[in-house]
Amino acid sequence: MKLKNIYITHTNCITPLGFDVDSNIEAIANGITGISKQENSMLPIPFYAGVVNNDKLEAAFAVISNNQSYTRLEKMILLALYPVLQKSGVKPDSKTALVLSTTKGNITSLSKGNNLPDEAYLQGLANNVANFFGFTTEPVVVSNACVSGIMAISVAKRLIQAGIYDNAFVVAGDEVSEFVLSGFNSFQAMSAEPCKPYSANRTGVTLGEAAAAVLVTKESVNAKATVIGDGSINDANHISGPSRTGEGLVRSIESALKESGISAGAIDYISAHGTATPFNDEMEAIAFNRLGLNEVPVNSLKGYYGHTLGASGLLETVIALEAMDKNKLFASMGYDEPGVSQAINVIEKTEEKEINYLLKTASGFGGCNTAVIFEKANNGK
Amino acid sequence: MANNYFITDHCIIEKGKVLHNGQEVFAMPEAAFPDFAKQAYKHLNTDYAKFFKMDNLSKLSFLAADILLKEYIADGSNNTALLFANSSSSLDTDVKYNDSIADKDDYFPSPAVFVYTLPNICMGEISIKHKLYTENSFFIFEAFNPEFFAAYAQALLDTAKADRVLCGWVDFLKDDYKAFMYLVSKEQGTAHTKENIQTLYNN
Repeated sequence: MKLKNIYITHTNCITPLGFDVDSNIEAIANGITGISKQENSMLPIPFYAGVVNNDKLEAAFAVISNNQSYTRLEKMILLALYPVLQKSGVKPDSKTALVLSTTKGNITSLSKGNNLPDEAYLQGLANNVANFFGFTTEPVVVSNACVSGIMAISVAKRLIQAGIYDNAFVVAGDEVSEFVLSGFNSFQAMSAEPCKPYSANRTGVTLGEAAAAVLVTKESVNAKATVIGDGSINDANHISGPSRTGEGLVRSIESALKESGISAGAIDYISAHGTATPFNDEMEAIAFNRLGLNEVPVNSLKGYYGHTLGASGLLETVIALEAMDKNKLFASMGYDEPGVSQAINVIEKTEEKEINYLLKTASGFGGCNTAVIFEKANNGK
Repeated sequence: MANNYFITDHCIIEKGKVLHNGQEVFAMPEAAFPDFAKQAYKHLNTDYAKFFKMDNLSKLSFLAADILLKEYIADGSNNTALLFANSSSSLDTDVKYNDSIADKDDYFPSPAVFVYTLPNICMGEISIKHKLYTENSFFIFEAFNPEFFAAYAQALLDTAKADRVLCGWVDFLKDDYKAFMYLVSKEQGTAHTKENIQTLYNN
């Protein structure tokens, strides 16, 4: 069957590097990272993380609302989505979805011995966002570990193709919290320095926080890209470690390629997951080699933002779509020397390259993987 | 597109009872979940040692999925997608993990607990046992949402992303739990409509 074309038109992000896409791109092009050293009560030891400045967040939020009842994460999410709604002009009617991606939502609202507040439920968080903008459909919350952000685009696309909605505002957000820091630390998965994806010197994850938003729609006006294929296939191997063979990621990319009708050779750029844990990056290199994608320029944006969990897939897509629009390959921050057993083409310095097809991938706990392929929209350019 | 799909098999686990296609197959209505789950595991001949390391949500989901997936050979060829949702995400385990780090004098974060603070982990457990290299996705809704399940399962089948979909509402928080699972495919059964899904859920 022939499915409708589905487009991405408007994007935005709230990160330590800036509160709009342009400022983020400028920072990345200049090799600036959002990761900095933190010393506070969240961990017993100093650590690195990509953290959004509270004063800047409050100042930015005051411009769109004087309601102080929102949590810090909700403010980030509302700020991310606000201009996407404004600029698109799309009304939140019965054919408009709100798809929200998060792993831990308002986890900081939990406190020992007390009842669970409404906003601790992910749907409670989503309702707060939906009510702010006046959405009339029930929010669709995607919570699928570290693939959630990119899976949310795939979900939006499928729901529009199925005729359920005409438009879907997709928003993602996760915070750096004591909860998540202590967890990754207990896994001994945290890097003592800012993370170094794919490097021989990588020692683990740096965590980060961000919110990102896009409009997924069947209308081609203002399109940045067409979503031409996607897949989210499980490793069926281990709940906390990636597959040694990259099986789920290989199958996810194969599923996306099959749907898109393009060959692996047509992919111009891969925005990969690259958490900088030894096993994840190795798994990705094996998967890309199995598919003959080993010479395609690849980067991980974790060196700029850290791992922003449920936001990462959507944030990295927002940045990668700009890279495609500007025909620019951004350097994979933190990469110094090859550190995976099968060679891949990690982007070492920012350079020009025509990009027509972009592959975005992510993998996460529970053995999950997602791959989505985007084609540059022409729009008479 | 016309709906040519059918619900072929379903089960419910709640309040200390296991129902398969409406028939009670095991009951321990007075028991707390850990004991009930252990006895149900034995009664259903589940035979999977990793079961005992799982959190409550994974145990609940695993038991229900095993009833419906048992008859399929786990050789990696079964293209049954997992489409799961609930209202409490992983909050049951989130609260336990949060309690383990809340007090600095009694601080014991455990990776074995932390890994279950994501709702999709239960799908990973099921995928490993049944060798499902298939589409997996986990959603959160305020309450059971038959419209969404029906639409998304149909989309997975229409686009040939899956041959069959295991739909699951799997919710666990404190002492309240419910698993409702059903298989959807082209094989004959109950018509795959949101009304029928709601009726089966209501039991």
